[in-house]
Amino acid sequence: MAGPPIVEIDNVSFGYDAARPVLHGVSLRIEPGSVVGIMGQSGCGKTTLLRIIAGWLKAGAGTTRVLGESVSELGSDGIFALRRKMGMLFQFGALFTDMTVFDNVAFQMREHTDLPPDLVSDLVMMKLEAVGLRGAAQMMPSELSGGMARRVALARAVALDPRLMLYDEPLTGLDPISLGVIARLIRTLNDSLGQTSIVVSHDVEECFAIVDYVYVMSAGRIVAEGKPDAMRRSGEAFVKQFVRGETDGPIPFHYPAPDYEADMDGGGALSSPLAAEASHG
Amino acid sequence: MAERTVLAGLLEGLERLGRGAGAKIWRLGFAARFFVAILLNSGTALRRFGLTIRELYFVGVLSMIIILVSGLFVGMVLGLQGYNTLQRYAASEALGVLVALSLVRELGPVIAGLLFASRAGSAITAEIGLMKATEQIAAMEMMAVDPIARVVAPRFWAGVISMPLLAALFSAMGIFGGYLVGVQLIGVDEGAFWSQMQASVDVREDILNGVIKSVVFGVAVTWIAVFEGYDAPPTAEGVSGATTRTVVTSSLAILALDFVLTALMFTGGNAK
Repeated sequence: MAGPPIVEIDNVSFGYDAARPVLHGVSLRIEPGSVVGIMGQSGCGKTTLLRIIAGWLKAGAGTTRVLGESVSELGSDGIFALRRKMGMLFQFGALFTDMTVFDNVAFQMREHTDLPPDLVSDLVMMKLEAVGLRGAAQMMPSELSGGMARRVALARAVALDPRLMLYDEPLTGLDPISLGVIARLIRTLNDSLGQTSIVVSHDVEECFAIVDYVYVMSAGRIVAEGKPDAMRRSGEAFVKQFVRGETDGPIPFHYPAPDYEADMDGGGALSSPLAAEASHG
Repeated sequence: MAERTVLAGLLEGLERLGRGAGAKIWRLGFAARFFVAILLNSGTALRRFGLTIRELYFVGVLSMIIILVSGLFVGMVLGLQGYNTLQRYAASEALGVLVALSLVRELGPVIAGLLFASRAGSAITAEIGLMKATEQIAAMEMMAVDPIARVVAPRFWAGVISMPLLAALFSAMGIFGGYLVGVQLIGVDEGAFWSQMQASVDVREDILNGVIKSVVFGVAVTWIAVFEGYDAPPTAEGVSGATTRTVVTSSLAILALDFVLTALMFTGGNAK
Protein backbone atom coordinates (compact mmCIF):
# COMPACT_ATOMS: atom_id res chain seq x y z
CA MET A 1 0.00 0.00 0.00
CA ALA A 2 1.78 3.07 -1.25
CA GLY A 3 1.22 6.77 -0.70
CA PRO A 4 0.36 8.84 2.34
CA PRO A 5 -2.56 7.73 4.51
CA ILE A 6 -6.03 8.78 3.34
CA VAL A 7 -7.15 9.49 6.89
CA GLU A 8 -4.82 10.28 9.75
CA ILE A 9 -6.30 11.03 13.15
CA ASP A 10 -4.03 11.95 15.98
CA ASN A 11 -5.10 12.17 19.58
CA VAL A 12 -8.59 13.47 18.82
CA SER A 13 -10.99 14.23 21.66
CA PHE A 14 -14.56 15.41 21.38
CA GLY A 15 -17.61 16.05 23.54
CA TYR A 16 -21.06 17.42 22.67
CA ASP A 17 -20.72 19.39 25.90
CA ALA A 18 -18.11 19.55 28.65
CA ALA A 19 -20.03 17.12 30.87
CA ARG A 20 -20.34 14.41 28.20
CA PRO A 21 -17.02 13.58 26.56
CA VAL A 22 -17.53 11.14 23.68
CA LEU A 23 -14.04 10.58 22.31
CA HIS A 24 -10.81 10.50 24.31
CA GLY A 25 -7.46 10.73 22.53
CA VAL A 26 -8.37 8.63 19.50
CA SER A 27 -5.60 8.01 16.95
CA LEU A 28 -5.78 5.98 13.75
CA ARG A 29 -4.37 5.76 10.22
CA ILE A 30 -6.20 4.54 7.17
CA GLU A 31 -4.07 3.48 4.23
CA PRO A 32 -5.13 4.04 0.61
CA GLY A 33 -7.04 1.20 -0.99
CA SER A 34 -8.02 -0.48 2.26
CA VAL A 35 -11.38 -1.23 3.79
CA VAL A 36 -11.16 -0.44 7.49
CA GLY A 37 -13.76 -1.35 10.06
CA ILE A 38 -14.45 0.77 13.10
CA MET A 39 -16.35 -1.44 15.47
CA GLY A 40 -17.79 -1.24 18.91
CA GLN A 41 -21.04 -1.42 20.76
CA SER A 42 -23.73 1.22 20.25
CA GLY A 43 -22.89 4.57 21.79
CA CYS A 44 -19.11 3.99 21.91
CA GLY A 45 -18.42 7.02 19.70
CA LYS A 46 -17.82 5.38 16.31
CA THR A 47 -20.45 7.41 14.43
CA THR A 48 -19.11 10.57 16.11
CA LEU A 49 -15.66 9.67 14.82
CA LEU A 50 -17.09 9.20 11.31
CA ARG A 51 -18.73 12.61 11.55
CA ILE A 52 -15.44 14.20 12.54
CA ILE A 53 -13.79 12.63 9.49
CA ALA A 54 -16.60 14.01 7.30
CA GLY A 55 -16.06 17.49 8.75
CA TRP A 56 -19.50 17.44 10.32
CA LEU A 57 -18.26 17.89 13.85
CA LYS A 58 -15.14 19.75 14.85
CA ALA A 59 -12.84 17.86 17.18
CA GLY A 60 -12.15 19.60 20.49
CA ALA A 61 -8.50 18.56 20.49
CA GLY A 62 -6.05 16.72 18.24
CA THR A 63 -5.59 16.76 14.48
CA THR A 64 -7.67 15.17 11.74
CA ARG A 65 -6.17 14.95 8.27
CA VAL A 66 -8.40 13.62 5.50
CA LEU A 67 -7.18 13.30 1.90
CA GLY A 68 -4.24 15.52 2.80
CA GLU A 69 -6.32 18.33 4.32
CA SER A 70 -6.48 19.31 7.96
CA VAL A 71 -10.25 19.17 8.51
CA SER A 72 -10.40 21.40 11.59
CA GLU A 73 -8.73 24.27 9.72
CA LEU A 74 -11.13 24.22 6.77
CA GLY A 75 -13.96 26.73 6.40
CA SER A 76 -17.36 25.65 5.10
CA ASP A 77 -16.26 26.03 1.45
CA GLY A 78 -13.20 23.90 2.14
CA ILE A 79 -15.31 21.25 3.86
CA PHE A 80 -17.72 21.17 0.90
CA ALA A 81 -14.77 20.87 -1.52
CA LEU A 82 -13.42 17.98 0.56
CA ARG A 83 -16.81 16.26 0.68
CA ARG A 84 -16.95 16.18 -3.09
CA LYS A 85 -14.14 13.64 -2.86
CA MET A 86 -16.06 11.60 -0.28
CA GLY A 87 -19.20 9.52 -0.34
CA MET A 88 -21.26 8.44 2.60
CA LEU A 89 -23.81 5.69 2.99
CA PHE A 90 -26.26 6.45 5.78
CA GLN A 91 -27.69 3.83 8.07
CA PHE A 92 -31.12 3.82 6.44
CA GLY A 93 -30.10 5.08 3.01
CA ALA A 94 -31.50 8.63 3.39
CA LEU A 95 -32.80 8.62 -0.18
CA PHE A 96 -34.65 11.72 -1.32
CA THR A 97 -38.22 10.51 -1.09
CA ASP A 98 -39.58 13.01 -3.62
CA MET A 99 -37.30 11.77 -6.42
CA THR A 100 -37.14 8.55 -8.42
CA VAL A 101 -34.25 6.15 -7.98
CA PHE A 102 -32.74 7.54 -11.19
CA ASP A 103 -32.94 11.15 -9.99
CA ASN A 104 -31.47 10.20 -6.63
CA VAL A 105 -28.40 8.72 -8.28
CA ALA A 106 -28.18 11.60 -10.77
CA PHE A 107 -28.48 14.20 -7.98
CA GLN A 108 -24.79 14.92 -7.45
CA MET A 109 -23.98 14.80 -11.16
CA ARG A 110 -26.61 17.45 -11.83
CA GLU A 111 -25.60 19.58 -8.84
CA HIS A 112 -21.85 19.49 -9.33
CA THR A 113 -21.19 18.94 -13.01
CA ASP A 114 -22.32 20.31 -16.36
CA LEU A 115 -22.50 16.88 -17.98
CA PRO A 116 -25.04 16.59 -20.82
CA PRO A 117 -28.23 14.68 -19.90
CA ASP A 118 -27.28 11.72 -22.14
CA LEU A 119 -24.04 11.21 -20.32
CA VAL A 120 -25.71 11.62 -16.91
CA SER A 121 -28.22 8.98 -17.93
CA ASP A 122 -25.47 6.56 -19.03
CA LEU A 123 -23.51 7.10 -15.82
CA VAL A 124 -26.59 6.62 -13.63
CA MET A 125 -27.43 3.39 -15.43
CA MET A 126 -23.87 2.15 -14.97
CA LYS A 127 -24.00 2.87 -11.23
CA LEU A 128 -27.40 1.21 -10.92
CA GLU A 129 -26.15 -1.79 -12.91
CA ALA A 130 -23.26 -2.10 -10.45
CA VAL A 131 -25.72 -2.49 -7.58
CA GLY A 132 -28.07 -4.66 -9.67
CA LEU A 133 -30.97 -2.20 -9.75
CA ARG A 134 -30.96 -0.83 -13.28
CA GLY A 135 -34.49 -2.18 -13.63
CA ALA A 136 -35.67 -0.10 -10.67
CA ALA A 137 -34.53 3.24 -12.13
CA GLN A 138 -38.01 4.70 -12.40
CA MET A 139 -39.28 3.48 -9.03
CA MET A 140 -39.85 5.80 -6.08
CA PRO A 141 -37.94 5.16 -2.81
CA SER A 142 -41.23 4.26 -1.07
CA GLU A 143 -41.60 1.30 -3.44
CA LEU A 144 -38.22 -0.20 -2.51
CA SER A 145 -37.43 -2.77 0.17
CA GLY A 146 -34.90 -1.83 2.87
CA GLY A 147 -32.11 -3.73 1.14
CA MET A 148 -32.88 -2.20 -2.27
CA ALA A 149 -33.00 1.31 -0.78
CA ARG A 150 -29.57 0.72 0.75
CA ARG A 151 -28.22 -0.40 -2.64
CA VAL A 152 -29.64 2.68 -4.38
CA ALA A 153 -28.11 4.85 -1.68
CA LEU A 154 -24.82 3.09 -2.32
CA ALA A 155 -25.08 3.82 -6.06
CA ARG A 156 -25.83 7.45 -5.21
CA ALA A 157 -22.89 7.69 -2.81
CA VAL A 158 -20.43 6.44 -5.44
CA ALA A 159 -21.99 8.52 -8.22
CA LEU A 160 -19.00 10.83 -8.58
CA ASP A 161 -16.40 8.12 -7.89
CA PRO A 162 -15.31 9.40 -4.47
CA ARG A 163 -11.83 8.56 -3.22
CA LEU A 164 -13.04 7.89 0.30
CA MET A 165 -16.26 6.11 1.21
CA LEU A 166 -17.77 6.32 4.67
CA TYR A 167 -20.32 3.69 5.68
CA ASP A 168 -22.42 4.39 8.76
CA GLU A 169 -23.84 1.08 9.98
CA PRO A 170 -24.43 -0.17 6.41
CA LEU A 171 -25.44 -3.67 7.52
CA THR A 172 -27.90 -2.86 10.29
CA GLY A 173 -31.49 -4.08 9.94
CA LEU A 174 -31.06 -6.07 6.72
CA ASP A 175 -32.20 -9.60 5.94
CA PRO A 176 -29.33 -12.11 5.52
CA ILE A 177 -29.40 -12.01 1.71
CA SER A 178 -29.42 -8.19 1.46
CA LEU A 179 -26.77 -8.08 4.14
CA GLY A 180 -24.49 -10.37 2.14
CA VAL A 181 -25.15 -8.37 -1.04
CA ILE A 182 -24.32 -5.01 0.58
CA ALA A 183 -21.23 -6.39 2.29
CA ARG A 184 -19.91 -7.82 -0.99
CA LEU A 185 -20.72 -4.59 -2.84
CA ILE A 186 -18.73 -2.55 -0.33
CA ARG A 187 -15.66 -4.69 -0.99
CA THR A 188 -16.17 -4.92 -4.76
CA LEU A 189 -16.78 -1.22 -5.28
CA ASN A 190 -13.80 -0.36 -3.11
CA ASP A 191 -11.48 -2.56 -5.15
CA SER A 192 -12.86 -1.84 -8.61
CA LEU A 193 -13.09 1.94 -8.16
CA GLY A 194 -9.78 2.21 -6.31
CA GLN A 195 -11.39 3.73 -3.23
CA THR A 196 -10.62 3.65 0.44
CA SER A 197 -13.49 2.75 2.73
CA ILE A 198 -14.32 3.14 6.38
CA VAL A 199 -17.09 0.89 7.66
CA VAL A 200 -18.61 1.72 11.01
CA SER A 201 -20.46 -1.33 12.21
CA HIS A 202 -21.30 -3.63 15.05
CA ASP A 203 -22.07 -6.66 12.88
CA VAL A 204 -18.95 -8.60 13.76
CA GLU A 205 -18.74 -11.54 11.34
CA GLU A 206 -20.13 -9.74 8.28
CA CYS A 207 -17.77 -6.85 8.84
CA PHE A 208 -14.75 -9.07 9.51
CA ALA A 209 -15.43 -10.80 6.19
CA ILE A 210 -14.86 -7.67 4.11
CA VAL A 211 -12.41 -5.45 6.00
CA ASP A 212 -8.61 -5.46 5.89
CA TYR A 213 -8.11 -3.92 9.29
CA VAL A 214 -10.24 -3.31 12.35
CA TYR A 215 -10.25 -0.72 15.08
CA VAL A 216 -12.34 -1.67 18.09
CA MET A 217 -13.71 1.15 20.19
CA SER A 218 -15.17 1.22 23.65
CA ALA A 219 -16.34 4.23 25.65
CA GLY A 220 -14.72 6.71 23.28
CA ARG A 221 -11.29 5.03 23.10
CA ILE A 222 -9.68 2.66 20.66
CA VAL A 223 -9.10 -0.44 22.74
CA ALA A 224 -7.78 -2.81 20.11
CA GLU A 225 -6.71 -2.87 16.48
CA GLY A 226 -5.50 -5.42 14.01
CA LYS A 227 -6.46 -7.70 11.14
CA PRO A 228 -9.77 -9.55 11.50
CA ASP A 229 -8.06 -12.91 12.11
CA ALA A 230 -5.95 -11.45 14.88
CA MET A 231 -9.08 -9.96 16.43
CA ARG A 232 -10.79 -13.34 16.38
CA ARG A 233 -7.85 -14.87 18.22
CA SER A 234 -7.39 -11.93 20.56
CA GLY A 235 -7.17 -12.83 24.22
CA GLU A 236 -8.07 -9.33 25.36
CA ALA A 237 -11.17 -9.46 27.53
CA PHE A 238 -13.16 -6.70 25.82
CA VAL A 239 -12.40 -7.90 22.28
CA LYS A 240 -13.34 -11.45 23.25
CA GLN A 241 -16.61 -10.27 24.75
CA PHE A 242 -17.44 -8.11 21.73
CA VAL A 243 -16.46 -10.60 19.04
CA ARG A 244 -18.29 -13.49 20.68
CA GLY A 245 -21.24 -11.42 21.89
CA GLU A 246 -20.89 -12.60 25.50
CA THR A 247 -22.99 -11.15 28.29
CA ASP A 248 -20.20 -11.37 30.86
CA GLY A 249 -17.05 -9.37 30.49
CA PRO A 250 -15.67 -5.91 31.00
CA ILE A 251 -18.85 -4.39 29.54
CA PRO A 252 -21.54 -4.89 32.19
CA PHE A 253 -25.01 -6.07 31.19
CA HIS A 254 -26.61 -3.57 33.59
CA TYR A 255 -26.69 0.15 33.06
CA PRO A 256 -25.49 1.82 36.29
CA ALA A 257 -28.42 1.92 38.70
CA PRO A 258 -29.04 2.47 42.41
CA ASP A 259 -29.40 -0.46 44.76
CA TYR A 260 -31.95 -3.01 43.45
CA GLU A 261 -33.55 -3.46 46.84
CA ALA A 262 -34.06 0.29 47.27
CA ASP A 263 -35.78 0.53 43.87
CA MET A 264 -38.08 -2.38 44.65
CA ASP A 265 -39.10 -0.73 47.95
CA GLY A 266 -39.92 2.49 46.10
CA GLY A 267 -42.96 0.81 44.52
CA GLY A 268 -42.47 2.29 41.05
CA ALA A 269 -41.46 5.73 42.32
CA LEU A 270 -39.27 6.12 39.25
CA SER A 271 -42.07 6.01 36.71
CA SER A 272 -43.40 9.40 35.72
CA PRO A 273 -46.58 10.54 37.51
CA LEU A 274 -48.40 10.97 34.19
CA ALA A 275 -47.60 7.45 33.03
CA ALA A 276 -48.60 6.04 36.42
CA GLU A 277 -51.91 7.88 36.29
CA ALA A 278 -52.59 6.67 32.76
CA SER A 279 -51.91 3.06 33.63
CA HIS A 280 -54.15 3.20 36.70
CA GLY A 281 -56.81 5.06 35.32
CA MET B 1 -36.04 29.36 57.86
CA ALA B 2 -39.38 30.06 56.17
CA GLU B 3 -38.04 33.36 54.82
CA ARG B 4 -35.11 31.60 53.31
CA THR B 5 -37.43 29.09 51.58
CA VAL B 6 -39.58 31.89 50.15
CA LEU B 7 -36.47 33.71 48.96
CA ALA B 8 -35.09 30.55 47.40
CA GLY B 9 -38.44 29.93 45.70
CA LEU B 10 -38.51 33.48 44.34
CA LEU B 11 -34.97 33.21 43.08
CA GLU B 12 -35.68 29.91 41.44
CA GLY B 13 -38.76 31.38 39.75
CA LEU B 14 -36.75 34.34 38.51
CA GLU B 15 -34.01 32.07 37.26
CA ARG B 16 -36.52 29.95 35.38
CA LEU B 17 -38.09 33.07 33.87
CA GLY B 18 -34.67 34.34 32.83
CA ARG B 19 -33.70 31.01 31.31
CA GLY B 20 -37.00 30.82 29.42
CA ALA B 21 -36.71 34.38 28.12
CA GLY B 22 -33.05 33.83 27.22
CA ALA B 23 -33.92 30.68 25.26
CA LYS B 24 -36.70 32.50 23.37
CA ILE B 25 -34.43 35.43 22.50
CA TRP B 26 -31.67 33.05 21.42
CA ARG B 27 -34.14 31.25 19.15
CA LEU B 28 -35.36 34.54 17.70
CA GLY B 29 -31.76 35.48 16.95
CA PHE B 30 -31.20 32.10 15.34
CA ALA B 31 -34.33 32.58 13.22
CA ALA B 32 -33.08 36.01 12.15
CA ARG B 33 -29.70 34.58 11.14
CA PHE B 34 -31.52 31.81 9.31
CA PHE B 35 -33.51 34.45 7.40
CA VAL B 36 -30.29 36.19 6.36
CA ALA B 37 -28.83 32.81 5.33
CA ILE B 38 -31.89 32.16 3.13
CA LEU B 39 -31.49 35.53 1.42
CA LEU B 40 -27.75 35.00 0.91
CA ASN B 41 -28.32 31.50 -0.49
CA SER B 42 -31.18 32.43 -2.80
CA GLY B 43 -28.95 32.43 -5.90
CA THR B 44 -29.66 28.78 -6.76
CA ALA B 45 -33.43 29.15 -6.23
CA LEU B 46 -33.59 32.14 -8.54
CA ARG B 47 -31.00 30.99 -11.11
CA ARG B 48 -32.43 27.50 -11.44
CA PHE B 49 -35.98 28.74 -11.33
CA GLY B 50 -37.34 25.29 -12.14
CA LEU B 51 -36.67 24.36 -8.51
CA THR B 52 -38.85 27.26 -7.32
CA ILE B 53 -41.55 26.54 -9.92
CA ARG B 54 -41.84 22.97 -8.62
CA GLU B 55 -42.44 24.33 -5.13
CA LEU B 56 -44.83 26.98 -6.48
CA TYR B 57 -46.98 24.11 -7.66
CA PHE B 58 -47.04 22.43 -4.24
CA VAL B 59 -47.35 25.62 -2.21
CA GLY B 60 -49.45 27.78 -4.52
CA VAL B 61 -51.40 25.75 -7.05
CA LEU B 62 -52.43 23.08 -4.55
CA SER B 63 -53.64 25.79 -2.13
CA MET B 64 -55.93 27.29 -4.76
CA ILE B 65 -58.98 25.14 -4.11
CA ILE B 66 -59.26 26.04 -0.44
CA ILE B 67 -58.52 29.71 -1.20
CA LEU B 68 -61.11 29.95 -3.99
CA VAL B 69 -63.87 28.16 -2.11
CA SER B 70 -63.23 30.11 1.10
CA GLY B 71 -63.11 33.38 -0.84
CA LEU B 72 -66.45 32.63 -2.45
CA PHE B 73 -68.14 31.88 0.86
CA VAL B 74 -66.60 34.84 2.70
CA GLY B 75 -67.79 37.12 -0.14
CA MET B 76 -71.28 35.61 -0.01
CA VAL B 77 -71.47 36.15 3.75
CA LEU B 78 -70.23 39.71 3.32
CA GLY B 79 -72.93 40.27 0.72
CA LEU B 80 -75.65 39.04 3.08
CA GLN B 81 -74.43 40.82 6.20
CA GLY B 82 -73.52 44.00 4.30
CA TYR B 83 -76.91 44.20 2.67
CA ASN B 84 -78.66 43.74 6.02
CA THR B 85 -76.80 46.66 7.53
CA LEU B 86 -76.71 48.99 4.51
CA GLN B 87 -80.41 48.73 3.69
CA ARG B 88 -81.23 50.15 7.13
CA TYR B 89 -79.62 53.37 5.92
CA ALA B 90 -81.02 53.04 2.38
CA ALA B 91 -77.48 52.61 1.11
CA SER B 92 -77.70 49.10 -0.31
CA GLU B 93 -76.12 50.28 -3.61
CA ALA B 94 -72.91 50.76 -1.65
CA LEU B 95 -72.74 46.98 -1.15
CA GLY B 96 -70.10 46.64 -3.89
CA VAL B 97 -67.84 49.14 -2.14
CA LEU B 98 -68.27 47.46 1.22
CA VAL B 99 -67.51 44.01 -0.12
CA ALA B 100 -64.56 45.15 -2.23
CA LEU B 101 -62.92 47.32 0.43
CA SER B 102 -63.35 44.70 3.16
CA LEU B 103 -61.78 42.07 0.98
CA VAL B 104 -59.02 44.02 -0.69
CA ARG B 105 -57.84 45.87 2.41
CA GLU B 106 -58.31 43.25 5.12
CA LEU B 107 -60.05 39.96 4.62
CA GLY B 108 -58.29 38.98 1.42
CA PRO B 109 -54.72 39.19 2.75
CA VAL B 110 -55.58 38.10 6.32
CA ILE B 111 -57.85 35.11 5.65
CA ALA B 112 -55.81 33.98 2.66
CA GLY B 113 -52.73 34.29 4.91
CA LEU B 114 -54.33 32.22 7.67
CA LEU B 115 -55.45 29.56 5.19
CA PHE B 116 -52.04 29.61 3.55
CA ALA B 117 -50.37 29.10 6.95
CA SER B 118 -52.50 26.06 7.72
CA ARG B 119 -52.45 24.53 4.23
CA ALA B 120 -48.98 25.35 2.86
CA GLY B 121 -47.00 26.47 5.93
CA SER B 122 -47.72 23.27 7.83
CA ALA B 123 -46.84 21.17 4.76
CA ILE B 124 -43.51 22.97 4.32
CA THR B 125 -42.60 22.47 7.99
CA ALA B 126 -43.58 18.82 7.99
CA GLU B 127 -41.71 18.12 4.76
CA ILE B 128 -38.46 19.80 5.84
CA GLY B 129 -38.75 18.33 9.34
CA LEU B 130 -39.21 14.82 7.96
CA MET B 131 -36.35 15.30 5.52
CA LYS B 132 -34.22 16.13 8.53
CA ALA B 133 -35.54 13.20 10.58
CA THR B 134 -34.80 10.74 7.74
CA GLU B 135 -31.29 12.19 7.28
CA GLN B 136 -32.07 13.51 3.79
CA ILE B 137 -30.80 16.96 4.81
CA ALA B 138 -27.64 15.39 6.24
CA ALA B 139 -27.16 13.33 3.08
CA MET B 140 -27.41 16.49 1.01
CA GLU B 141 -24.80 18.24 3.14
CA MET B 142 -22.60 15.18 2.81
CA MET B 143 -22.90 15.48 -0.96
CA ALA B 144 -21.56 19.03 -0.66
CA VAL B 145 -24.94 20.55 -1.54
CA ASP B 146 -26.15 23.30 0.78
CA PRO B 147 -29.68 22.37 1.92
CA ILE B 148 -30.54 26.00 2.62
CA ALA B 149 -29.90 26.82 -1.03
CA ARG B 150 -31.38 23.61 -2.47
CA VAL B 151 -34.32 22.85 -0.15
CA VAL B 152 -35.16 25.92 1.95
CA ALA B 153 -34.72 28.87 -0.43
CA PRO B 154 -36.92 27.51 -3.29
CA ARG B 155 -39.73 26.83 -0.80
CA PHE B 156 -39.31 30.26 0.75
CA TRP B 157 -39.51 32.09 -2.58
CA ALA B 158 -42.40 29.94 -3.74
CA GLY B 159 -44.31 31.01 -0.61
CA VAL B 160 -43.42 34.67 -1.03
CA ILE B 161 -44.50 34.65 -4.68
CA SER B 162 -47.70 32.66 -4.26
CA MET B 163 -49.10 34.45 -1.19
CA PRO B 164 -50.05 37.77 -2.92
CA LEU B 165 -51.44 35.84 -5.90
CA LEU B 166 -53.57 33.68 -3.61
CA ALA B 167 -54.76 36.77 -1.68
CA ALA B 168 -55.72 38.43 -4.97
CA LEU B 169 -57.62 35.30 -6.04
CA PHE B 170 -59.34 35.22 -2.66
CA SER B 171 -60.45 38.85 -3.01
CA ALA B 172 -61.61 38.38 -6.61
CA MET B 173 -63.56 35.28 -5.68
CA GLY B 174 -65.01 37.10 -2.65
CA ILE B 175 -66.19 40.01 -4.77
CA PHE B 176 -67.80 37.50 -7.12
CA GLY B 177 -69.50 35.87 -4.11
CA GLY B 178 -70.75 39.26 -2.93
CA TYR B 179 -72.08 39.93 -6.43
CA LEU B 180 -73.86 36.58 -6.55
CA VAL B 181 -75.65 37.16 -3.27
CA GLY B 182 -76.15 40.94 -3.49
CA VAL B 183 -77.06 41.35 -7.15
CA GLN B 184 -78.28 37.97 -8.34
CA LEU B 185 -80.02 36.79 -5.19
CA ILE B 186 -81.16 39.90 -3.32
CA GLY B 187 -81.52 42.19 -6.31
CA VAL B 188 -79.21 45.15 -5.60
CA ASP B 189 -78.77 47.24 -8.73
CA GLU B 190 -75.96 45.75 -10.79
CA GLY B 191 -74.79 49.05 -12.28
CA ALA B 192 -74.59 50.69 -8.85
CA PHE B 193 -72.80 47.66 -7.39
CA TRP B 194 -69.95 47.80 -9.91
CA SER B 195 -69.77 51.55 -10.57
CA GLN B 196 -69.62 52.51 -6.88
CA MET B 197 -66.97 49.88 -6.37
CA GLN B 198 -64.90 51.26 -9.25
CA ALA B 199 -65.31 54.82 -8.01
CA SER B 200 -64.38 54.12 -4.41
CA VAL B 201 -61.61 51.54 -4.56
CA ASP B 202 -58.28 53.26 -5.08
CA VAL B 203 -55.48 51.36 -6.78
CA ARG B 204 -52.67 52.72 -4.62
CA GLU B 205 -54.49 53.32 -1.36
CA ASP B 206 -56.47 50.09 -1.27
CA ILE B 207 -55.24 47.51 -3.74
CA LEU B 208 -51.52 48.22 -3.46
CA ASN B 209 -51.70 48.33 0.33
CA GLY B 210 -53.54 45.00 0.28
CA VAL B 211 -50.85 43.53 -1.93
CA ILE B 212 -48.11 44.85 0.37
CA LYS B 213 -49.87 43.20 3.31
CA SER B 214 -50.07 39.88 1.53
CA VAL B 215 -46.38 40.03 0.57
CA VAL B 216 -45.45 40.73 4.21
CA PHE B 217 -47.66 37.84 5.37
CA GLY B 218 -46.12 35.60 2.71
CA VAL B 219 -42.61 36.37 3.97
CA ALA B 220 -43.64 35.89 7.62
CA VAL B 221 -45.52 32.61 7.12
CA THR B 222 -42.93 30.99 4.87
CA TRP B 223 -40.03 32.15 7.02
CA ILE B 224 -41.67 30.68 10.12
CA ALA B 225 -42.55 27.47 8.23
CA VAL B 226 -39.06 26.80 6.83
CA PHE B 227 -37.39 27.76 10.11
CA GLU B 228 -39.61 25.51 12.21
CA GLY B 229 -39.03 22.63 9.80
CA TYR B 230 -35.27 23.10 9.72
CA ASP B 231 -35.06 23.53 13.49
CA ALA B 232 -37.41 20.63 14.32
CA PRO B 233 -35.97 17.89 16.54
CA PRO B 234 -35.57 14.87 14.23
CA THR B 235 -38.28 12.77 15.88
CA ALA B 236 -41.99 12.14 15.25
CA GLU B 237 -42.82 14.26 18.28
CA GLY B 238 -40.44 17.01 17.18
CA VAL B 239 -41.91 17.28 13.69
CA SER B 240 -45.51 17.27 14.90
CA GLY B 241 -44.67 19.97 17.48
CA ALA B 242 -42.95 22.07 14.84
CA THR B 243 -45.92 21.79 12.48
CA THR B 244 -48.29 22.95 15.20
CA ARG B 245 -45.94 25.81 16.10
CA THR B 246 -45.86 26.92 12.47
CA VAL B 247 -49.63 27.25 12.29
CA VAL B 248 -49.97 28.93 15.70
CA THR B 249 -47.01 31.31 15.37
CA SER B 250 -47.72 32.32 11.80
CA SER B 251 -51.44 32.90 12.49
CA LEU B 252 -50.55 35.15 15.42
CA ALA B 253 -47.87 36.86 13.34
CA ILE B 254 -50.37 37.56 10.56
CA LEU B 255 -52.90 39.11 12.95
CA ALA B 256 -50.30 41.19 14.78
CA LEU B 257 -48.63 42.35 11.55
CA ASP B 258 -52.04 43.16 10.11
CA PHE B 259 -52.71 45.51 12.99
CA VAL B 260 -49.34 47.22 12.60
CA LEU B 261 -49.65 47.52 8.83
CA THR B 262 -53.24 48.79 9.00
CA ALA B 263 -52.16 51.40 11.55
CA LEU B 264 -49.34 52.51 9.27
CA MET B 265 -51.29 52.41 5.99
CA PHE B 266 -54.79 53.56 6.71
CA THR B 267 -54.93 55.74 9.81
CA GLY B 268 -52.52 58.25 8.23
CA GLY B 269 -54.80 58.54 5.20
CA ASN B 270 -57.89 59.18 7.32
CA ALA B 271 -56.19 61.90 9.33
CA LYS B 272 -55.43 63.91 6.22
